[in-house]
Amino acid sequence: MNKIFSLANIQANKNCKIISVEGGYGIIKRLDAMGIKEGKIIRKISSQPMRGPVLLEINGSQIAIGYGMAGKIIVEEEE
Amino acid sequence: MKVLLMGNPNVGKSVLFSRLTGANVIISNYHGTTVEFTKGIMQISKKTIEIIDVPGTYSLDPSSSAENVAVEMFEQGNIIINVIDATNLERSLYLTLDILKKNKAVIIALNMWDEAKHKGIKINVEKLEELLGVPVIPTCALTGEGIKKLTDRLQEAVNPAFEFDDKWDKIGSIIDKVQVITHRHHTILERIADASVIPITGIPIAITVLLLCFWLIRFVGESLIAYVFEPLFETLWLPLMMRLSNLLGNSGILHDIIIGKLIDGNIEFMESMGVLTTGIFVPIGAVLPYIIAFYFILSLLEDFGYLPRLAILVDVLMHKVGLHGLGIIPMMLGLGCNVPGALSSRILETKRERFIASTLLAIAIPCMAQIAMVIGLVGKYGIKGLSCVFITLFIVWILIGIILNKFVKGRSPEIFTDIPPYRIPHIKTVIKKVWMRSKWFLKEAVPYVLLGVFVVNILYTLGIFNMIGKVFAPIITGIFGLPKEAVGALIIGFLRKDLAIGMLVPLHLNLKQLIISSVILTMYFPCVATFVVMIKELGFISMLKSVGIMIIATVIVGGFLNLVL
Repeated sequence: MNKIFSLANIQANKNCKIISVEGGYGIIKRLDAMGIKEGKIIRKISSQPMRGPVLLEINGSQIAIGYGMAGKIIVEEEE
Repeated sequence: MKVLLMGNPNVGKSVLFSRLTGANVIISNYHGTTVEFTKGIMQISKKTIEIIDVPGTYSLDPSSSAENVAVEMFEQGNIIINVIDATNLERSLYLTLDILKKNKAVIIALNMWDEAKHKGIKINVEKLEELLGVPVIPTCALTGEGIKKLTDRLQEAVNPAFEFDDKWDKIGSIIDKVQVITHRHHTILERIADASVIPITGIPIAITVLLLCFWLIRFVGESLIAYVFEPLFETLWLPLMMRLSNLLGNSGILHDIIIGKLIDGNIEFMESMGVLTTGIFVPIGAVLPYIIAFYFILSLLEDFGYLPRLAILVDVLMHKVGLHGLGIIPMMLGLGCNVPGALSSRILETKRERFIASTLLAIAIPCMAQIAMVIGLVGKYGIKGLSCVFITLFIVWILIGIILNKFVKGRSPEIFTDIPPYRIPHIKTVIKKVWMRSKWFLKEAVPYVLLGVFVVNILYTLGIFNMIGKVFAPIITGIFGLPKEAVGALIIGFLRKDLAIGMLVPLHLNLKQLIISSVILTMYFPCVATFVVMIKELGFISMLKSVGIMIIATVIVGGFLNLVL
């Protein structure tokens, strides 16, 4: 079993698989429209200090999301 | 008949729009360049068709005000041209499925076809067409590839009566059947892109880029003045005006309005204050060179795709003033002109953010027209005076931002935005954009400056400046330490800030007074063009609040500078 993180605190530059997206209907829906949902493989490209935004890559394109939102995306590391 | 261009943000709808209609629109490489719909007309086989460029949206379930516009517009269309991004088929299809479910005739432009090829993405177009049940045309809007075919097949747009249970399952099954991605190595551009958002390399890159931009703007602006505009005015326009001056008898009311006052028998373009001398020189001779320089650099940054990455880096700072990272975009555009700056505040999701962004913009972001004049006037005393003006404004921006963040009700959401890949700017697009924006500047600025010069002469002759000056002397002289004649600049600043700075020239102020007047002329009130846009965007009540903040802040900051400098 791989370790489970939120996207906010996983190391950058690792591929990971989304296990679940926590949070309210609005957030889930918005993330869903961008393809960020359970089962997807994503890569965290960078995060900014002081709870700054997280940049992630999904399907070859990049999306910046806030630290809070990143904390709601639960992922596990991929080999 | 109405045809709507719809698609995700930054997939090239506006490029396609200008290809289809021949109309000129501003396009950039980031999400949210189009915040309001643009209409255009196109002729197909003698039929007139109205084409509407709709702001980008990810679904028909809106989450920002620009997206709201998109969803409202949707109902009005007869035919939808769904522009999808071939490099990001999966996400694009999310909106496509939303659109196909509605009862509209649809045709798909599979845009960025060339870039997809470069990225090793192969899409089977016939198969996609068959699966979706609507025509799919590969296009590359930037080069014009596929546009002819798109217009030829526009009539074939259909409503396919599309059915599915789960959206992503359906998309997944379509993708499996039509798309093959071959693996490839990271390109240099992608590496630079990653480096610009990792703090350790990104922050030095940001500082270098911004410093380089300021230096370049000044260099290009000054060179244009020294080698192009000044010679033009000195060798061509001046002799012409001198002759006209002689013809008008060198003095008198008519002469003063048209040519202005002669200074030691000569026309001084900055001081004479005639409609054809100062009125023409300020917008064209002094400001236009900087406008060209600024928009050239800005367009390069925009089309390269740097601004959204800058937004990521400054996100934490922007949260201190109640905005998120994308708030940097209205500020950057505002440095060119506050009007497009205020309009672009629509990329921010909430009313609260838009209020804060427009207020900060109007108070502390001088437009390039004003900056050019300040550089000309204060720059004579070296870099110290200039830094004093701009650092003061920056501190004001932060302080007022922090205060607004504390007291304006509500919360600001986090950043949530698509970050486009870096793209090498298309030089023709950049030049066209500089040309359009410069033309727009001249159209906006010249009439107001001419009117301004005319009004100055009338008010001066009637002694009205003098009267108002006496009334406001306690504030102007008492608090700001300026001569009471400076009131003229404050009155004219409502029309045009560049002209207002120009009106300080004959007052022969010292450096301290120049710094104070440059700062308060930025802060006290927006120019009329910005004022009108802000009322439209914020509503009357919010604008009243915003203006209140501006005036109070001006008195405090101006008075403070007068005490400490």
